[in-house]
Amino acid sequence: MIDFVGKKQWFFLATAIAIIIAIISLAVFKLQPGIDFTGGTSMTLHFTPRVEQNQLRQAFTNLGHPEAIIQKSGDDFFIWLKEIPPAEREELTEGLKTSLGSEITAHDYNTISPSIAKETAGKVGIAVIIAAVAMLLYIAWAFRRMPSPFRWGTCAVIALIHDVLIVIGVFSILGQVANVEINAMFITGLLTVVGYSINNTVVVFDRIRENMSKGTSPDFAVTVNSSLVETLGRCLNTSLTTLCVILALFLFGGATIHYFTLVLLIGLLAGTYSSLFIAGPLLVVWEKGEWGKLFPFAK
Amino acid sequence: MRKGNICLLIFILVLFGFALWSMVPFNTKLLGPDGLRLGLDLKGGSQLLYRADLSKKDPSATDAEAMASVIEKIQRRVNEYGAAEPVIQKQGTDRILVQLPGEKDISKAIALIGKTALLDFREQKLDENGKPVLDDKGNWVFKDEPAKAEGRDGKERELTGEYLNHAHQDMDPYKGSVVVIEWDSEGGYLFEKITERNLYKPLAIFLDNEMISAPMVQSIIRAGTAGQIEGHFTIDEAENLAIQLNSGALNVPLTIIDQRDVDASLGADSIKKSILAAEIGVILLLLFMLLYYRFPGLIACISLGIYGVFLLAIFKFFHANLTLTLPGIAAAILSLGMAVDANVLIFERMKEELRAGRTLGAAVEAGFSRAWAAIRDSNITTFIACIVLFWLGGTFGAFMVRGFALTLFIGVALSMFTAIVITRTFLRLVVGSRLVTNPSAYGVKT
Repeated sequence: MIDFVGKKQWFFLATAIAIIIAIISLAVFKLQPGIDFTGGTSMTLHFTPRVEQNQLRQAFTNLGHPEAIIQKSGDDFFIWLKEIPPAEREELTEGLKTSLGSEITAHDYNTISPSIAKETAGKVGIAVIIAAVAMLLYIAWAFRRMPSPFRWGTCAVIALIHDVLIVIGVFSILGQVANVEINAMFITGLLTVVGYSINNTVVVFDRIRENMSKGTSPDFAVTVNSSLVETLGRCLNTSLTTLCVILALFLFGGATIHYFTLVLLIGLLAGTYSSLFIAGPLLVVWEKGEWGKLFPFAK
Repeated sequence: MRKGNICLLIFILVLFGFALWSMVPFNTKLLGPDGLRLGLDLKGGSQLLYRADLSKKDPSATDAEAMASVIEKIQRRVNEYGAAEPVIQKQGTDRILVQLPGEKDISKAIALIGKTALLDFREQKLDENGKPVLDDKGNWVFKDEPAKAEGRDGKERELTGEYLNHAHQDMDPYKGSVVVIEWDSEGGYLFEKITERNLYKPLAIFLDNEMISAPMVQSIIRAGTAGQIEGHFTIDEAENLAIQLNSGALNVPLTIIDQRDVDASLGADSIKKSILAAEIGVILLLLFMLLYYRFPGLIACISLGIYGVFLLAIFKFFHANLTLTLPGIAAAILSLGMAVDANVLIFERMKEELRAGRTLGAAVEAGFSRAWAAIRDSNITTFIACIVLFWLGGTFGAFMVRGFALTLFIGVALSMFTAIVITRTFLRLVVGSRLVTNPSAYGVKT
């Protein structure tokens, strides 16, 4: 029998380290915001015959866009500019055609004004907070017959915050090493993680609730641990079934949703971990008031 | 109990038949995109989000009235332009979302939709001596306000595009592409008076306070005859102007705040890749369920197949309102993985009950009833996230967010139905008929 609760200090320590790394990375590297949050113009262009990246950079500078960020992805170029008005787009394309002597196909083209981008960023914050508070309230309601239901909700939401922080931390590192940007789809993935990764926590809590009403053990720690052991198999299996499809999407779903599915992938793994190693053991700590002994070596 | 089960079975079969029927003709591409409404990211096309400057509206109109009027005009412009399946929606208080799926010439569409298109005529400016005023370059100067004339009721009126009956593009042998305009009776009356007053003088045509040409008035244009606007137009420009004049000038100025264009080839590629991902994901999923849960796993696989058909049927059936986007496809695939979660919970519970020594029938019933609370609670949290996402997606231009949220919501709701009602009905049927009684078929070691 695995001792989730007895070893909880070690799990908390590992979790705390992961979270601290995520927060440091976030503080140092920050996130690379995409045009959804900064405003600007982005496009994916394909050139026939092919052109070199430095040729393209030169062409953009000559056309009055020295700020252009140019990335090569496969045969295409992803280009990021400050916001250009619709009328200027034609000029720019024509200018590129003549200076590079290539035919241009635009796979996509986005222009977002900085004002709406700022608004979006603000709304995302509100959305994440609304979602977290809604989860807290719902869990508290679902466990309303338990003593102190808000405690259950809070533990579930702490596990959730862990999942979100891990995902954001990984993306801040990815932003630094691979220029991965945060866009609307990233936020969509993040909110999906918020909604889904709590599922396993609910399964565990549900079992604790049942075992408590059955009177499995007078010791809350034992009840929580046996609930975790009993539900371990199904928690791993539900994650595994979802992992099957997320992994397939991640590996074969194409570039457009690649990082979106990566958010789901990391969120799913973090969520499974936090459901087993954080949410339940944290309930025990709270129940026993052992806040001073949260980590190993504490006196 | 058994009678109720048979009723449920019939209900499921009828529903399934209906779902299949909704996909007829299913000889071609049953699972393909035919009959589905594809979003811009899959079909290619353009999405424009406009902000209306309501501070410039007519003070007597409310914000809502001003927006309704401008949306109606955009609607007319887009319809006359001939865009296929356009979407024009008001968002928030001052925004208008325009989607043009499959649109190739987006620059032309932008020039058409967002332009105010206020047409008027201006008379030559004269000095005290009645001589035409000239600017530094020796060009005529025109008055700053639209030409007026006395209407039929004796009141002074500015002649603007408001009095137009119809406009269309035409070719003039000397002037190239022009826009032919027909006034309504009041407009014709005003135009007659103005041309009479300006006979053999230039009369400038202004669009949105910019002069497009200043032809000489060669004759009095009597009410009932058509006039023409020239201005070195290309055919496209003249066509756009005619459409704009027909729809009427926009009552508030619009600016684009969010534009997203996607090339159709990218969409086709995305569809191909998501189908591959779905196939691989589903095969993995089915293998896992079969190997791990044995016989109930097989039932779950059948339920999952039915789930897939139902989901597709919902999309085909409600294609007028449900748009399938790439994240929507991802959500559908994701929901397949989530759909079996409920079955996993139920089957694990069943195994537990079997190990505790219950009979097969009792274990099935207990599995479903005891797993229900966890299934309900965990799915409701996903619903909450979907609702928040749907709200968020509606406040800005990223149409993909809404597509994802909506599809995931439908998928999770449907998955609860298949995992609980359909799987249970099938399992009860098999258990009741005593076809498969060996506990090892249910994943329990004997």
